[in-house]
Amino acid sequence: MTRLFLEDGKQVPVTVLQLDSLQVVAQRTAEKDGYTAVQLGAGTAKANRTTAPMRGHFAKASVAPKRKITEFRVSPDNLIGVGEEITADHYLEGQFVDVAGTSIGKGFAGAMKRHNFGGLRASHGVSISHRSHGSTGQCQDPGKVFKGKKMAGHLGAVRVTTQNLQVVRTDADRGLIMVKGAVPGSKGGWVTIKDAVKKAAPKDLPLPAALKSAKVDAAPEVAAEAPAEGATE
Amino acid sequence: MDIIAQLEAEQIASLAKTIPDFKAGDTVRVGYKVTEGTRSRVQAYEGVCISRKGGSTLAASFTVRKISFGEGVERVFPLYSTNIDSIEVVRRGRVRRAKLYYLRERRGKSARIAEKTNYKPKNGAEA
Repeated sequence: MTRLFLEDGKQVPVTVLQLDSLQVVAQRTAEKDGYTAVQLGAGTAKANRTTAPMRGHFAKASVAPKRKITEFRVSPDNLIGVGEEITADHYLEGQFVDVAGTSIGKGFAGAMKRHNFGGLRASHGVSISHRSHGSTGQCQDPGKVFKGKKMAGHLGAVRVTTQNLQVVRTDADRGLIMVKGAVPGSKGGWVTIKDAVKKAAPKDLPLPAALKSAKVDAAPEVAAEAPAEGATE
Repeated sequence: MDIIAQLEAEQIASLAKTIPDFKAGDTVRVGYKVTEGTRSRVQAYEGVCISRKGGSTLAASFTVRKISFGEGVERVFPLYSTNIDSIEVVRRGRVRRAKLYYLRERRGKSARIAEKTNYKPKNGAEA
């Protein structure tokens, strides 16, 4: 993350997301697959480290092997041609997006950290169990701990979506999207960006997508995949 | 240079701030832009800089302490804030610490800082 100093004196904390050679690798169509989506690939992978089936898949699309592949559902009239590269001005400044990624793993965490339990008292006879979860249920009736009881366990390293992050700035030349606030995951992690589901999309969105082949159209649902970068997620 | 460092360097260059050479112990006058309703003016805040943080990065900030109506007041300014109109060094202080938090426990005579008489601007820095 970094910050932007705006002309009016405001500071905006932003996460810098990068579109790393984001290309369409395949299409999913209703006739063939029963749904409509574009498969996007991002990053670069070594050809000799890519499995033969995946090499064939990339060769079919005639794109270089990609590190990450994700599908994004789109409406049938907004399908993008295979091999097209998506640019950062796909998102407009001021627009809201949802960013999903794998959150930072915290390992085995206690109930206080994992579920915001209050713990036990610092004094008044409590010994050794100040951070414990306390009771997990009733007595002989029901005689068991109910399923789903919040207890200590593994925390983090799950897919998390942060909704309604505002796009503050885009840089199509370097493929950068700056969103206000934090996104899930560690620095250098991979995230997916979609139009916010809970906010109306701006009217002048590029449909089906902002493409490097310099076409002008727009997309309701097309999204981008981005490795967060450098000092940021 | 990673992309974040690059972006920050670009932003520092584009903000084109003239930041004088000052450090903890110096008395500075900060011109801070205040917007009241529609009109904005520059408010001066003068006091002793008791801390500088963040080096030359974009996130750098400094703390200015002054005694206002008998009450100690501290303000933290982001060094590259667009709200800062000017930073002016009023007096150079001779101190032996980078952070002068001990001034918070001092009042009156013991809270004074001796003036640095042999100040030399660093190479490339303006006075």
